[in-house]
Amino acid sequence: MWPNKFDYLRAGSVAEALASAADGGKFLAGGHSLLPAMKLRLDSPEQLIDIGRIPELQGISANGALTIGAAATHAEIAASSDVQTMCAALASACGQVGDQAVRNFGTIGGNIAHADPASDPPTVLVACGATVNIQGADGARSVAAQDFFIDLFETALEDGELITSLSLPNCSDCQCAYVKFPHPASRYAIVGVAVCLKMDGGSCAQADVAVGGATMKAVKCAGAEAALTGTTLDDAALSAAAEAVKADIADDLIGDIAYPEAYRQQMAGVFLKRAVAAAQG
Amino acid sequence: MTTRIFGSGIKRREDPRLITGEARYTDDIKLPGVLHMAVVRSPYAHANILSIDSSAAEAMEGVVAVYTSEDIGDGLAGLPTAWLIPDSDLKTPEHPALAKGKVRYVGDGVAIVLADDRYRAQDAADAVVVEYEELPAVIDPEEAAGEGAPLIHDDVEGNIAFTWAPFDEEASNAAFEAADVVVSERILQQRLLPTAMEPRSAMAQYNAATEELTLWCTSQNPHIHRFIISAVTGLNENKVRVIAPEVGGGFGSKIPCYPDEALVSWAAIKLGVPVKWTETRSENYLITIHGRDHVQHVEMAASNDGKILGVRATVYAGMGGYLSTAAPGIPTILHGLLYVGPYTIDSVYCKSIGVMTNGTPTDAYRGAGRPEATFLLERMVDNVAREIGMDPAELRRRNLIPAFEDGHDVAAGLTYDSGDYPAAFEKALDMAGYGDFRRQQKSAEAEGRYLGIGVTAYTEMCGLGPSQVAGAVGFQGGLWESATVRVTPTGKVQALIGASPHGQGSETTLAQIIADELGFPVDDIEVIHGDTTETPMGWGTYGSRTTPVTGAALAQASRKLKDKARALAAHLMEANVDDIEYADGSFSVKGSPDQAQSIQDVALMAHLAWNMPEGMDPGFEESQFYDPPNFVYPFGTHIAIVEVHAETGEIDLQRYIAVDDCGPQINPEIVAGQIHGGVVQGVAQALCEGVVYDDNGQLLTGSMMDYCMPKADMFPNFELGETVTPSPHHPVGVKGVGETGTIASTPTVYNAVLDALAPLGVNQIDMPLTSAKVWSAIQDARS
Ligand SMILES: Cc1cc2nc3c(=O)[nH]c(=O)nc-3n(C[C@H](O)[C@H](O)[C@H](O)COP(=O)(O)OP(=O)(O)OC[C@H]3O[C@@H](n4cnc5c(N)ncnc54)[C@H](O)[C@@H]3O)c2cc1C
Repeated sequence: MWPNKFDYLRAGSVAEALASAADGGKFLAGGHSLLPAMKLRLDSPEQLIDIGRIPELQGISANGALTIGAAATHAEIAASSDVQTMCAALASACGQVGDQAVRNFGTIGGNIAHADPASDPPTVLVACGATVNIQGADGARSVAAQDFFIDLFETALEDGELITSLSLPNCSDCQCAYVKFPHPASRYAIVGVAVCLKMDGGSCAQADVAVGGATMKAVKCAGAEAALTGTTLDDAALSAAAEAVKADIADDLIGDIAYPEAYRQQMAGVFLKRAVAAAQG
Repeated sequence: MTTRIFGSGIKRREDPRLITGEARYTDDIKLPGVLHMAVVRSPYAHANILSIDSSAAEAMEGVVAVYTSEDIGDGLAGLPTAWLIPDSDLKTPEHPALAKGKVRYVGDGVAIVLADDRYRAQDAADAVVVEYEELPAVIDPEEAAGEGAPLIHDDVEGNIAFTWAPFDEEASNAAFEAADVVVSERILQQRLLPTAMEPRSAMAQYNAATEELTLWCTSQNPHIHRFIISAVTGLNENKVRVIAPEVGGGFGSKIPCYPDEALVSWAAIKLGVPVKWTETRSENYLITIHGRDHVQHVEMAASNDGKILGVRATVYAGMGGYLSTAAPGIPTILHGLLYVGPYTIDSVYCKSIGVMTNGTPTDAYRGAGRPEATFLLERMVDNVAREIGMDPAELRRRNLIPAFEDGHDVAAGLTYDSGDYPAAFEKALDMAGYGDFRRQQKSAEAEGRYLGIGVTAYTEMCGLGPSQVAGAVGFQGGLWESATVRVTPTGKVQALIGASPHGQGSETTLAQIIADELGFPVDDIEVIHGDTTETPMGWGTYGSRTTPVTGAALAQASRKLKDKARALAAHLMEANVDDIEYADGSFSVKGSPDQAQSIQDVALMAHLAWNMPEGMDPGFEESQFYDPPNFVYPFGTHIAIVEVHAETGEIDLQRYIAVDDCGPQINPEIVAGQIHGGVVQGVAQALCEGVVYDDNGQLLTGSMMDYCMPKADMFPNFELGETVTPSPHHPVGVKGVGETGTIASTPTVYNAVLDALAPLGVNQIDMPLTSAKVWSAIQDARS
């Protein structure tokens, strides 16, 4: 409730934010992960650099592919018709983050930078092959979402680097969905499953699957993808994929006092089936 | 005849200020020059304090002082335990406001910091260096009472604070020996966090010139707080003023007097400036009392044809590191005396062992002892039904006490006031469509779907209570209430009460009682509470007692005023009192209706006193002390219908039916609100709430990230029904309804889930029934 003393600075541009970060300090976006940690004194940055109003970080644009500014809020993303058509699973995941107040403040950039394993958007970003665009003192670089998430609360971001935007391939011709088993206490994900299916007639030409919540980071699930690809997504294929997904995540499982690893692993299979059903709408 | 205000579901007058954020809570009150107190709290559940170094903290900017128990010395007496249950070998270990040499739970206060700013106070608290020698900790009450458990207080041998077993054990054994069947279960009543929306807060101001201390605090019973603060500080009680401003819920957690309230008082006296402390939510979870925490070994005896012959239990009740204010009374008097429930059970036995542990102290939490009793009874009734192959509703039907209007003695020693349990029971079964449901359940099972139904018949003892009984059971206070109805010359009413409502809507309900008795418009009646200097003595708001006890005092005070008004009206109209008729706030003379005196006219004339009858005093105000002749016993039947998803263990609560009888309902909307809230809290115990400590006594459910508060989307629309059986001894016939929802709903939902799981071979799961536990239980049963 009572954070340590800190200075506050509002950055007007990416350049200003990066320059300030060089002197130490932490970026503040929606504050919905950072401020709770500060209030518990688990984190005590000496300076907060508010990036929430930097013009270059705002907005969502659709120009063949989808570009989402790092400061776009969960609510904006969930409501965006471009996101709904080009990556329905992301709109859905952002729409399931926390409650309305959280979605109005929390940003996608802050969400992935924080890399809480129980977050929703990372799972979709990994499944759909998103790219994270990063700016640092030494210039810009892009990292595939799958490589961006490294461990619990750990990403490929170097000190002082800023996420500027996310790029997502146009997925409007796929069937994609995100389903979540919310933790009854926090409503973060016990397990979240994102699928992105390209159908060719009645058969699944390509399947992208990722699991989060149950794992220390969002995990791309090659076994489950193989089990679905080339099938008609019949019950046998779904059961095989549900089994395979448990193996895909076996090395990355996490649990808590109420929902242990083994349970989450099992639920990943159940929710994979639900995700495929949801994708097929 | 206008519509009667009694029984009308008018809107709660409290709500506009609460909903718009205009209400003023303790923390909203700002005093110039106030110092903020932060408490250095033990990170260990059990440890010796080797040293405390506050020098760095003292040197920090804005820090005025750092104090430890050594600095306080005998400036503060230990916090008293105020429920000294008899015949139980009760030990009351010292509870110092700050730990002396040893800490006994995580959060136990070690030092206080006073600073000019809340942030600085916290910084300095973090800078106090305390060296500890960690000791082994014990959390489970049964384990703490066992061989080899770490000793928590030197003067509480074996950690056993009391053993309460007032019933005839031999008779109980005989009943069990004669029975056809005996079922048993080990039931865990897990610890719960009361989680009032407003955390606790206290601010003290001492006036050295008048030697008066004012303490604003989050209290359900400011007069009890005054009593205890006066005792621990040594100030005369008439020099202590306790004010409970708006209080944002309590559920029992704001009954006790805590160290923090004593500490701000002491520091304000010591430093001569006001001192304020407001807990954070994390502190709230660590240090504000927890509820429940029983390990129960329960048995029920029955005949093969479904007659319940006896119930007995050994209960290990976790008291935590210290005995909180009312703690010993909760798992004893408020628990074991309830073992008969609404049934014709002739033999009860309860042995309740109060055990010191390294958990947060426990005390009364909504229902306090009675939910733990109702749960074990209802659980065992379902177990008997399963054992003898009888439908659980039918088993209950066969054992319900038949209707009675004025007193019924039961084997646990209580005299129930009135009840018609079968009526409420059959009504609830009808509303649920019980028979149809059993058929649906069968066909669902054939499709691999698992539906379940839980039925709870309950009665409970509330409206605490006759003071003579309070004395007999060791409660260190009375349980009467007093109230003054004061009418101003312009005919506006101030009702001053000693109780201290904090969210129940009592300002509305109590105004309705007065309006009904005296004919004043309800909007002309203010109910004033929460200030020991403004209000008459009272013992507080808990145990569903404010409407039954304060309400009775107000009704009787109003009746005295009405008698006076009638006599004065007769005098003014030059008529005989016997010829005065009263309707809707107006007195008229029989046969000449155009001549009338309104209650407001009479009030004015009583104040003016120009023309009083011989011997009548001026003024228009009456006070009443009311000591209830008995408790009140609301009752009813609750039914839940659930579906359990075997694949995930998720529980879908599909229907919830509650038929409650609290006598005539003064305000049905408020009654419904109390039932809704109570049901939600009780269902949450069954499904999601539960404190978890690790083996070292660290609280793992220290925030709402892990401690699962119920959410609105877990619940269907509740289906409420009522029956109306007035209490024979109450002036307006009402019974309490603040806790019935919590008391009835936990076993209802629990039994429904276990009913659904029966075909899968699952017989028992410890609460809360999380999907993970349900799923594991299904896997275990299958393998
Ligand atoms: C009550 C509640 C419920 C929630 N429920 C969910 C949920 O169900 N699912 C879910 O996914 N999330 C949930 N969240 C988290 C929410 O999504 C947060 O908003 C998000 O995790 C952080 O975003 P933010 O903009 O608030 O970041 P901040 O809190 O401002 O920052 C978080 C971290 O990211 C860094 N950062 C921020 N922006 C950038 C950037 N552009 N570049 C580099 N670093 C940056 C900050 O320095 C900080 O370290 C919940 C939060 C709350 C408070």
